[in-house]
Amino acid sequence: MGIWVSFFAVIALVLIPLVGAQGAGQYLFGIVIPYVAVLIFIIGFIYRVVQWGKTPVPFKIPTTGGQMKSLPWIKSNPLDNPSSTGGVIGRMALEVFAFRSLFRNTRVELREGPKVSYGSNKWLWVAALAFHYAFLVVFIKHFRLFMEPVPGFVTLLDSVDGFMEIGLPRLMMSSIVLLLAAIYLLLRRLAVPQLRYISLAADYFPLFLIIALAGSGILMKYFLRVDLTSVKELVVGLFSFRPTIPEGIGAIFYIHLFLLSVLIAYFPFSKLMHAGGVFMSPTRNMPNDNRAKRHINPWNYPVKVHTYDEYEDDFREKMKEVGLPVEKE
Amino acid sequence: MYNKGKIITGIVIFVLFFASPFLYGLVKSGPPPEPELSPKAKEAKLCVEAKEYMVESHMQMLNEWRDEAIRNGKRIYVATNGKEYTVSLQNTCMECHNNKSKFCDQCHNYAGVSPYCWECHIEPKEK
Amino acid sequence: MAKVAPPEELSRVDYTPPKKGWIDKPAELKEGRWCYGSKPKDHEVVGLPNPRAWSPGDEDWKLPDNWQEIFLDGLRERLDKFRTFRIFMDICVRCGACSDKCHFFIGSGDPKNMPVLRAELLRSIYRGEFTTAGKILGKVAGGRKLTYDVFKELFYYFFQCTECRRCSLFCPYGIDTAEITIIGRELLNLLGCNIDWIMGPVANCYRTGNHLGIQPHAYHSMLEFFCEEIEEITGILPEPSFNRKGAEILFITPSGDVFADPGTFTAMGYLMLFHYLEGMGLDITWSTYASEGGNFGFFTSHEMMKRLNSKMYAEAKRLGVKWILGGECGHMWRVCNQYMDTMNGPADFLEVPKSPLTGTVFENAQSHKMVHICEFTADLIKHGKLNLDPSRNDPYKVTFHDSCNTSRGMGFFEEPRYILNNICNDFHDMPINTIREQTFCCGSGSGLNTDEIMDLRMRGALPRANALQHVHDKHGVNLMSCICAIDRATLQALVDYWIPEVEVSGIHELLGNALILEGEKKRTMNLRGEEFPWVEEEEEEAAEEAALEVNLEAAEAEAEEVAAEAAEEAVEETAEETVEEAAEEEAEVEK
Repeated sequence: MGIWVSFFAVIALVLIPLVGAQGAGQYLFGIVIPYVAVLIFIIGFIYRVVQWGKTPVPFKIPTTGGQMKSLPWIKSNPLDNPSSTGGVIGRMALEVFAFRSLFRNTRVELREGPKVSYGSNKWLWVAALAFHYAFLVVFIKHFRLFMEPVPGFVTLLDSVDGFMEIGLPRLMMSSIVLLLAAIYLLLRRLAVPQLRYISLAADYFPLFLIIALAGSGILMKYFLRVDLTSVKELVVGLFSFRPTIPEGIGAIFYIHLFLLSVLIAYFPFSKLMHAGGVFMSPTRNMPNDNRAKRHINPWNYPVKVHTYDEYEDDFREKMKEVGLPVEKE
Repeated sequence: MYNKGKIITGIVIFVLFFASPFLYGLVKSGPPPEPELSPKAKEAKLCVEAKEYMVESHMQMLNEWRDEAIRNGKRIYVATNGKEYTVSLQNTCMECHNNKSKFCDQCHNYAGVSPYCWECHIEPKEK
Repeated sequence: MAKVAPPEELSRVDYTPPKKGWIDKPAELKEGRWCYGSKPKDHEVVGLPNPRAWSPGDEDWKLPDNWQEIFLDGLRERLDKFRTFRIFMDICVRCGACSDKCHFFIGSGDPKNMPVLRAELLRSIYRGEFTTAGKILGKVAGGRKLTYDVFKELFYYFFQCTECRRCSLFCPYGIDTAEITIIGRELLNLLGCNIDWIMGPVANCYRTGNHLGIQPHAYHSMLEFFCEEIEEITGILPEPSFNRKGAEILFITPSGDVFADPGTFTAMGYLMLFHYLEGMGLDITWSTYASEGGNFGFFTSHEMMKRLNSKMYAEAKRLGVKWILGGECGHMWRVCNQYMDTMNGPADFLEVPKSPLTGTVFENAQSHKMVHICEFTADLIKHGKLNLDPSRNDPYKVTFHDSCNTSRGMGFFEEPRYILNNICNDFHDMPINTIREQTFCCGSGSGLNTDEIMDLRMRGALPRANALQHVHDKHGVNLMSCICAIDRATLQALVDYWIPEVEVSGIHELLGNALILEGEKKRTMNLRGEEFPWVEEEEEEAAEEAALEVNLEAAEAEAEEVAAEAAEEAVEETAEETVEEAAEEEAEVEK
């Protein structure tokens, strides 16, 4: 059910600007909605992170993935079981930039016998890396339309991305990789029964949305084509707070822009917030040094305990019988 | 324990990253380009195809022209209005648009595009 | 006890998820998969809410009228108190990396045993009751309302999780189902819904100091009994001290090892080690008040964990010891490593632990002042302080089961292996995907080691048993050692069901076998009282010799050659004995 809800929701999101972005509607889809979306995105994102940040971390509970630091002659694993800030930075860097935990992934098979076997299963890791890095590259490359004059690193990234020199405009690897990876992530949800069972509308929706976003971008660049100069004029106008709507930009552009607006406005209220959450996950971003450095719980409160005196009162005679020392005779 | 300092640092980095185009836009935002038509082009009034089509799709047309001319030896292009043109960047296009820096480069630089035409072709001498 | 199907049948697992979505219909509670309900008397001992006689099999769980309000208020409170919980509620992308990492899912095929879905059971309530999207869009946004059946489902599945954290290792965001289960159980406890097997030990521990409710005099006599056993085996009688003020070190270990085989043999190992070291300057005491290392409060709520754990530091302070030595235990060490100092510290009345035998300062424990006995023993071996004869463990081909809690809540892998490699000659690790940080639960942790869910336990034990089967077939492994008291109790049930040829032991049991005590008699049996296989051979040889001598007298002339041989053998044997004696003397001189 979730998949159809999401699918038709995204179809609707494509149709809305197709119909609406005409005449005065262009001001709504070209200026008002993008501004509102950016505001929601930035404020919403900060709101969520602050909300997490205001929640205390009462205990230091890292998930340890390697030998701890103990006796000096025992080799420890500072990246999977860090005991220092440096180690934690290393662990987090691996997690954020290389998806270290996902790299561990295995697939279990129960065979006749019974025999439980563990196969290497790196496809999710590969697809996730491809998806995220392609998205990053595509996003950064859009800076050529955000900034005038175009900064050097964007031009450089562009020439690397298009090094295959296929077609004109040159085919960019990142856009194809992004689209394919997103499609893989979608098909995987549908093909694996367990995954299909756990998937919610909230899982399909961002995938459809991103596929539509990337699809509309590719369509705009390679097939339908719009006047890039006018597009940039509009975009630079937005970023320099002098919004204008140049004449004659094709509808496909407004579809693309609207899908992006929806994506970023949806971002702070969805699972996409894993982008911020991964930095704040207490099982990953803390050193395993509890025994060496005391962690403070801000809401630690006194509890009712059964004291030794109460205990001795309960059992004094029996203790004395077997010669156990007691406080009170 | 709250890690206040680290979280605020993170938020600042986040905001700086996403606000960078705005900050950049406030400091410098060049005007949109004004490609200059040569007197000859002005006089001709019409390019090979309609202006809108040329603005959006000239790269596509040049790509086809190259393939047709080099691979198939076809050197005549029949425009939508029936007029015939010689398929040649240098002799047809650049004949009118004879100033690369005032015409081509204007939009290409603005959009951050670096076409590889000039890896083979020689740009016309600017007058 | 529910009847358990034979292994062949149990290991045919159907992984096909049901057609109907999980969000539409809460699960039905199946007998053999839920534990008996907590008893009112145990609630009363520790003052837990809603004491009443009830069973999870009942239609009516006798909840208070405003149960939904209590539950949701509790949920809201915990969202504000635990960043872990809030983030884990918010950021799961349901990528499925965790789905096949849970032993209960592998063994049962029940999709709600996939860590992601176990968490979603609670997450759906969070979304449905607290988030705007969930309130408006309901199921489409993955939200559910807290109904009676949903509540029962939460109970059912939070007591099908052993808080082993294997899923957390594989999660790209470190989402820890153990944390969600811990808080889920806390919420259930607000309404008095716990299980008997947890609440019983909790109430016992609160009153008597240990889970099993062993009273001080009985605790004392049980350890004395072990000392007598040791005397029978070695000729040496250890004399442990109890509740002794002014001792340098307080020793705390799970009471399970005092109570039931095979843990008792590990307790004997401790007693022997301490006796051995006492002559060299170890000053250690046991306590009957802090007579429990484990902490079933951890399986109840953070507060109950703190209440039970408080005894450790309190007793250390009362006795005036310098530091605490902790025995082999899994969740005890998760609590001691990740919670104790924060909850009940600072332990500023103790000193930084320093081994009195080697002078090693345990820098890694400088704040909470507690040392794991395997760290302690490994350090002793490294410094050559222990006189060991690993050949006494030769009947065993040994493997090592990493306990979940010491693995993923501490990272304790090399110390036990170092000890094992010094006390036995034949050690084989299980396959890499099933040990160290990827280790599998015994299937019965976190208070689920009760008989009425044996079917579930044996299913959860499948991955561990299968890995053990592998080294059993390949290397003839016949002993699985571990450093966890719950493991010692539950792995026994596991091997009895899956691989009856294998036995289970603690590491310090094997150390006790190998440790050569000063002045001990020739050992003929291990700590289990099982005669070494070579003893019989040696006796036979001796008998043969005697027989030969008789023959010699009767028929001197015919048996001249045989006699010569026998004599030769006798000479050899004497020579061997002399060599052994000399070696022993040498060892003593070294000391």
